[in-house]
Amino acid sequence: MSVLVDQFSVFVNGFWLTLQLCVLSAIGALLIGGIAAVMRIAPAPPLRGLGTAYVTIFRNVPLTVVFFFTVFGLPALGTTADFLRIPILDLAFPRLAIDLPFFRFAIIALSLYTGAFVCEALRSGVNAVSPGQAEAGRAIGLGFRQNLWHVVLPQAWQASVVPLGSVIIAMIKNSALAGFFGLTGDLSQSGAELVTVRGFPVVPVFIGIAVGFLVMTMPLGLLLDRIESRGAMTR
Amino acid sequence: MRLKNCVPLAAIAVLAMGVAACGEDSESSEPRDKPSFAAGTTMERLSNAQKIVVGTKFDQPLFGLKGLDGKPAGFDVEIAKIIAAELGIPADKIEYKETPSQVREQVVEQGTVDIVVATYTINDKRKERIAFAGPYYVAGQQIMVRADDSSITGPDSFKAGDKKVCSVSGSTPAANIKSYLQDEAAQLVLFDTYQKCVDALKAETVDAVTTDNVILSGFISKSDGAYKLIGTKFTEEPYGIGVKKDDAEFRAFINDVLESIATDGRYEEAWKTTVGKVDPEVPSAPAVDRY
Repeated sequence: MSVLVDQFSVFVNGFWLTLQLCVLSAIGALLIGGIAAVMRIAPAPPLRGLGTAYVTIFRNVPLTVVFFFTVFGLPALGTTADFLRIPILDLAFPRLAIDLPFFRFAIIALSLYTGAFVCEALRSGVNAVSPGQAEAGRAIGLGFRQNLWHVVLPQAWQASVVPLGSVIIAMIKNSALAGFFGLTGDLSQSGAELVTVRGFPVVPVFIGIAVGFLVMTMPLGLLLDRIESRGAMTR
Repeated sequence: MRLKNCVPLAAIAVLAMGVAACGEDSESSEPRDKPSFAAGTTMERLSNAQKIVVGTKFDQPLFGLKGLDGKPAGFDVEIAKIIAAELGIPADKIEYKETPSQVREQVVEQGTVDIVVATYTINDKRKERIAFAGPYYVAGQQIMVRADDSSITGPDSFKAGDKKVCSVSGSTPAANIKSYLQDEAAQLVLFDTYQKCVDALKAETVDAVTTDNVILSGFISKSDGAYKLIGTKFTEEPYGIGVKKDDAEFRAFINDVLESIATDGRYEEAWKTTVGKVDPEVPSAPAVDRY
């Protein structure tokens, strides 16, 4: 087990990069998923169709394939996702700004894939709000946007928190795939390198990787439990 | 050698080996008159038993790759066949055991295999546990770039910090190139197979691919001139044959065999039917190291 102590900095650096990737991808997934969810419940059929098409494609294609299309498809289309080189944000996340696009590609792949699940989690929350609520909103003269913002979404949010949490936790674990698509130095890739190149024993290294992921996912789970119990009281 | 995954190369290699497997089986792998050895030696034991267990890679294109016919083929396998033939053992009596990099010392120490011929780089750390006959080939790391790129002249070109290089994660070449990089995060890309690196090179996401010269030659040979090798080998990886640490007689015997095949054409033939498919230039067999 001495590898966990001797190579602690490798695990910490890997953890840090994976955490950055997860934070940015979670933001991306919530944005994409939120927009898609609104589209799927919008009164305009073309929007609904577009939202449904997005969810159908990205929820049913394996993440590896999504990664493949992103990492090898986008360069073929001549882009290196430079729109993610967001000025102030890249001070906090320096990997966003470097020439190699694989960190940005990983964010895109994870966000697109997870966004589909976020959309469905949000939509299930919307469906959990009794139709009488929206009808009452319409009865007092609220438009679609007002109704959504003031009546439906606040209630839907509470019903969505737990499934959303599960989706984000799944995404954190899925992020391990990024190391196999060009991202250097994330938790799993740098851990695997300790084993294959530097000859450390497999089991302790993978215990270290597992602990790294637990440090990310378990506090999130606890936080969600608390939000849920607070929501239960106010309802 | 040191790469674990080479799926894409497998395709060409299978083709190449397929031809090799049908084409040869010439006198090189047929036993000659049954040789006689001094009593009590490993050679006598193997020769009398008419069986030898060879540890080799099953996933290393051009050196040891198990094909669709279930038999491993490649340069390492040919070398093993020659040694078996010198012991009076026909090629079909050789038992191959898959020996990935991580277990090579272990299987020799435990006696699970009689010899290991598995792109096995000779180094001092390994010599503490087992003994090496050979080397029979010296591989080396090299750099491949797009044919129209003249801005990279060798590993030192990465020191400026603006050139990006790709290799396979967990491989020795990937570890070697790190010492030439200014900023690992911004310059190094690691994939699980070399084909992905070549795709990234084609898409101009990276500027170079680095690994053993032989593997790069394989890609260049099927690229229609899209890529080229630059500079010379900047590492030396002498491949040896692993035997038990205290078995000096067996090691000397294998060294004798390697010396004789270097001049009698069998080394050249083994090369031509395997690695020669992508790298027709037959290397001169390195001098064996009787340490």
